[in-house]
Amino acid sequence: MSCDGKVDCGRRRLLVATAAAGGAAGVVAVVPFVASMLPSERAKSAGAPVEADISKLAPGEMMTVEWRGKPVWIIHRTKEMLDGLAKLDAKLADPKSEKQMQPDYCKNDFRSIKPEIMVAVGICTHLGCSPTEKFQTGAESGIDADWAGGFLCPCHGSTFDLAGRVYTGKPAPDNLEVPPHRYLSDAKIVIGEDTKGA
Amino acid sequence: MAASNYEKFKSDGTMVGNVTEWIDARFPMTSMWKAHLSEYYAPKNFNFWYFFGSLALLVLVLQIVTGIFLVMHYKPDASLNASGVPVAFASVEYIMRDVPWGWLIRYMHSTGASAFFIVVYLHMFRGVIYGSYRMPRELIWIFGVMIFLALMAEAFAGYLLPWGQMSYWGAQVILNLFSAIPLVGNELATWIRGDFVIGDATLNRMFSFHVIAIPLVLLGLVVAHILALHEVGSNNPDGVEIKKKKDERGIPLDGIPFHPYYTVKDIVGVVGFLMAFSVIVFFMPEGGGYFLEYNNFVPADPLVTPPHIAPVWYFTPYYSLLRAVTYPLFGIDAKFWGVVAMGAGVVIFAFLPWLDRSPVKSIRYRGPIFKWFLAIWVVCFFILGYLGVLAPTPGRTLVSQICTVIYFAFFLGMPIWSKLDKCQPEPDRVTFK
Amino acid sequence: MKKLFVSLLLAPVLAFAAGAELHLDKAPDRSGDMAALQNGAKVFVNYCLNCHSASYMRYNRLKDIGLSDDLVRENLLFTADKVGEPMKVSMQRAEAKQWFGAAPPDLTVIARARASEFGSGPDWLYTYLRTFYRDSARPTGWNNTVFANVGMPHVLWELQGEQVMGEDHHLKLVKPGKLSPEEYDAMVGDLVGFLNYMGEPVGQFRKNLGVAVLIVLALLFVLSFALKREFWKDIH
Repeated sequence: MSCDGKVDCGRRRLLVATAAAGGAAGVVAVVPFVASMLPSERAKSAGAPVEADISKLAPGEMMTVEWRGKPVWIIHRTKEMLDGLAKLDAKLADPKSEKQMQPDYCKNDFRSIKPEIMVAVGICTHLGCSPTEKFQTGAESGIDADWAGGFLCPCHGSTFDLAGRVYTGKPAPDNLEVPPHRYLSDAKIVIGEDTKGA
Repeated sequence: MAASNYEKFKSDGTMVGNVTEWIDARFPMTSMWKAHLSEYYAPKNFNFWYFFGSLALLVLVLQIVTGIFLVMHYKPDASLNASGVPVAFASVEYIMRDVPWGWLIRYMHSTGASAFFIVVYLHMFRGVIYGSYRMPRELIWIFGVMIFLALMAEAFAGYLLPWGQMSYWGAQVILNLFSAIPLVGNELATWIRGDFVIGDATLNRMFSFHVIAIPLVLLGLVVAHILALHEVGSNNPDGVEIKKKKDERGIPLDGIPFHPYYTVKDIVGVVGFLMAFSVIVFFMPEGGGYFLEYNNFVPADPLVTPPHIAPVWYFTPYYSLLRAVTYPLFGIDAKFWGVVAMGAGVVIFAFLPWLDRSPVKSIRYRGPIFKWFLAIWVVCFFILGYLGVLAPTPGRTLVSQICTVIYFAFFLGMPIWSKLDKCQPEPDRVTFK
Repeated sequence: MKKLFVSLLLAPVLAFAAGAELHLDKAPDRSGDMAALQNGAKVFVNYCLNCHSASYMRYNRLKDIGLSDDLVRENLLFTADKVGEPMKVSMQRAEAKQWFGAAPPDLTVIARARASEFGSGPDWLYTYLRTFYRDSARPTGWNNTVFANVGMPHVLWELQGEQVMGEDHHLKLVKPGKLSPEEYDAMVGDLVGFLNYMGEPVGQFRKNLGVAVLIVLALLFVLSFALKREFWKDIH
């Protein structure tokens, strides 16, 4: 900082010091206001893990539970459904689930812990609509003749297979998210926490 | 205003200069900056009392900002939740506990309400002792009285929102005042409540008034107040017009540019105020039960009136005026005249510019009559304020009646006694140091 | 005129002399005493939470007083299944109203609501919970010196024992309880300390933060004052 005769050196130093101290205090004072817009304790409580009882979920059926205000699908896939998955790889954007849309323990061909039980957040990765179930295969599904069953997003037409993997050439960029979950028993799943966390 | 010397900024070729010139060609930025800050000449002899104008502006901003964040979480809903608590009351506790930093924002807002009145009362007192309402500043003063009225309405509407016992019963009493008006009173009170009792409809409209209607009016009035001030220039503790003595460039000899001199001075006032404010917010947010009343931690219950209800402290002088009137007049009952007294107690301030006939403005050159009468009036104001907190007894009512008479006599007698007072001559120039 | 002035100043003193008195015992200060507050929480959950809710208080907030989620889950979580839930009560409000004449109030902010010119909220609660006495005229068989004709029976009577109102208007312990009077007072002190904490869980943090804020503002005050002096050197 130049300090020639024209500029009062002490005054400038004081100005800078006051502005810096006042500015820093001002920035800190903004923190509570910005933070007040974060999820509250109530929202965090509502985001706590939920339990789902899958003992009555028959093969070929799905159920929906609410977790953090979002639909979470639990799909009991049949043998045929599982066998069909591998044949679709060429049509999918991310068949090997390379992107982090699932916990590591679900990064497999079925995107699940147990092959037949699929757990996914039913929210399209495009703009957040909830896709509809289209388990009916073939032309009767109204999608196309070789439709292998899966989900269709009503908003912008993205399609997903029965492992929540997105088809190529659709607006949605990613596979459906698989939430952290674990089995309490064969009949009970906890969604929202896995074995790592308590 | 700077309309006469409307000069546009000419760029010096720098980036900042270019941008300034571009804006100036389209918007009066430089001229406004000059007219209101860097070339607004304020008397150089402002004292401590002159902090309260800028502090009132600071509190207004503080209330608006904290209010914006509170509205994000507050719910104006009088219905009961699953635990049997009114949703509005529960949402305030939700802010206090569940919202990150919500407690701080809420305490700032609740303390800010009381701080607003403290600052505004001191600001008004400054105007009275230095004659700031006198010609040519009558309109500034009238805008100011209107701001005071709007502020009272704003505070009243806001006080209902926590939906506690004091909110509810305080509003019950105040809104019932309207029913004192002859012929249309009951219908008017019902119309204001939107129901036959204070209920969800009342809460929702008070919420609308509090967050939208009255703040808009307040902001407009504040702008008018400041524009009028900057048109005629500020008064000062000597009550002499600095514009009477100018140098060859037309700048008042006793005037100094508001910026930087009063901006740096006001920063000291702001920090000092924030320290006092923080002491309340962090160490005594309930203000001894005066800033947040204890009974207001009990949810509103239309079936049970708390044993002792009183308005918030800043309304109590006027509440005392209301209660002091106990005689019917002209065949209309005392309640109505109480309301009239309360309203007149505020509105009478607006007439000060014409009631005051003293040859000088400032208390510094006024005679003993003004000093004594003002002192007595201030004592009465405090007594009325204190009595307004307490439950009435015959003795207290008598005291409040004496004080009420003095309160009004001060104003109504002013055209006479202000002329009789032995004033000292005003100096030509302001006294400084 | 000066006489008028003096009489004006004196008048309020005379006018304000009257007024009913309520004597309250001073509640012990338990703020910051984690063991006492935890004991208070235990007493609250075991004796109060059966009828009174604390519906703005989340169980997991008890971490403020040193209770981890696991501890809460194992020892205190009777009326909810998740630690993030508030302290609700299972009793129906309508039923409660039928049993006690009035629904038991929510106790989250009771320590703030009970403050008055006679003492703090904790003082009131501390006195109230120690001044129940037998009164056959009341449906519950109990009355109270600070809350006359209270709807609540003496829930802690097994601990305190039974008091009666003597002819000299003082309470006498006629049947000792499980705790000695000193132990009982200490326990009520813990409970009231907990209620006080629950009234404003952020209270302790608020004061600590206030000290920091004031230090920063004091520094700013010195700086801005020096800056003002510096600029005002120009003005003569």
